[in-house]
Amino acid sequence: MNMKRRLFLKGTLASSTIAVAAIAGLIRPQQLLAAWPESAFSATTVTDALSSLSGNSDFSSSAEIELNAPKIAENGAVVPVTISTKMSGVTKISILVEKNSFPLVASYDIPEGTIPYVSTRIKMGKTSNVIALVEAGGKQFSAQQEVKVTIGGCG
Amino acid sequence: MATIKLRAKNSSDGECEVKAIMTHPMESGLRKDANSGELIPANHIREVICKHGDKTVLTANWGGAVSKNPYIAFKFNGAKKGESISLTWIDNNGASESEETQIR
Repeated sequence: MNMKRRLFLKGTLASSTIAVAAIAGLIRPQQLLAAWPESAFSATTVTDALSSLSGNSDFSSSAEIELNAPKIAENGAVVPVTISTKMSGVTKISILVEKNSFPLVASYDIPEGTIPYVSTRIKMGKTSNVIALVEAGGKQFSAQQEVKVTIGGCG
Repeated sequence: MATIKLRAKNSSDGECEVKAIMTHPMESGLRKDANSGELIPANHIREVICKHGDKTVLTANWGGAVSKNPYIAFKFNGAKKGESISLTWIDNNGASESEETQIR
């Protein structure tokens, strides 16, 4: 009688460890997916996008950021944007378009050893400010430029 | 269909410039089909990871507002000629593609 009781206890213990392992296994893929900041990319204002991207929507403009974008873009579907800075300790560079449906376009993580320089082509719905946002030493700095769009590329 | 063109070039001052063009429709999910008037579902690259050997040199998070057949260029330090550089992208449907090349 006693023996059976032992076995029963062992059995429940084993099955509960399996259950715990299964839960842990289920949680892990979700965490991996969360690497892409979905809420930041679906935010509809610059402030919302920034606060969900880095938890901080404060930024100050800086003359040390160089933002290269055309003054007039004939085709809003392909607007070349280049961002570079001489700041040290840059951890992130983001591109935002103020008047796009979803302002956050791209966000680049810059590990140590990588030069704070990125170049990409983006889509713009209409004439708007393009904002280059650089995160360095825990603070956010920005530079912006207006790009006039003749034919929108987001509709 | 999907392909990646990847080039990495070392300059004399030790900087390596990486340039890549990926073939991808980059649908934002906001565009309407001209004939049916229905929304074209989103299909865009979410993440681009670029590695020099085992070290990640750039991670890009992209929304649907990056142009079709996206282009990317960046620079990093500490690379030598002949070393390998790789680029992987993952889109919102879970599709992914990789390419590897040697630094020139």
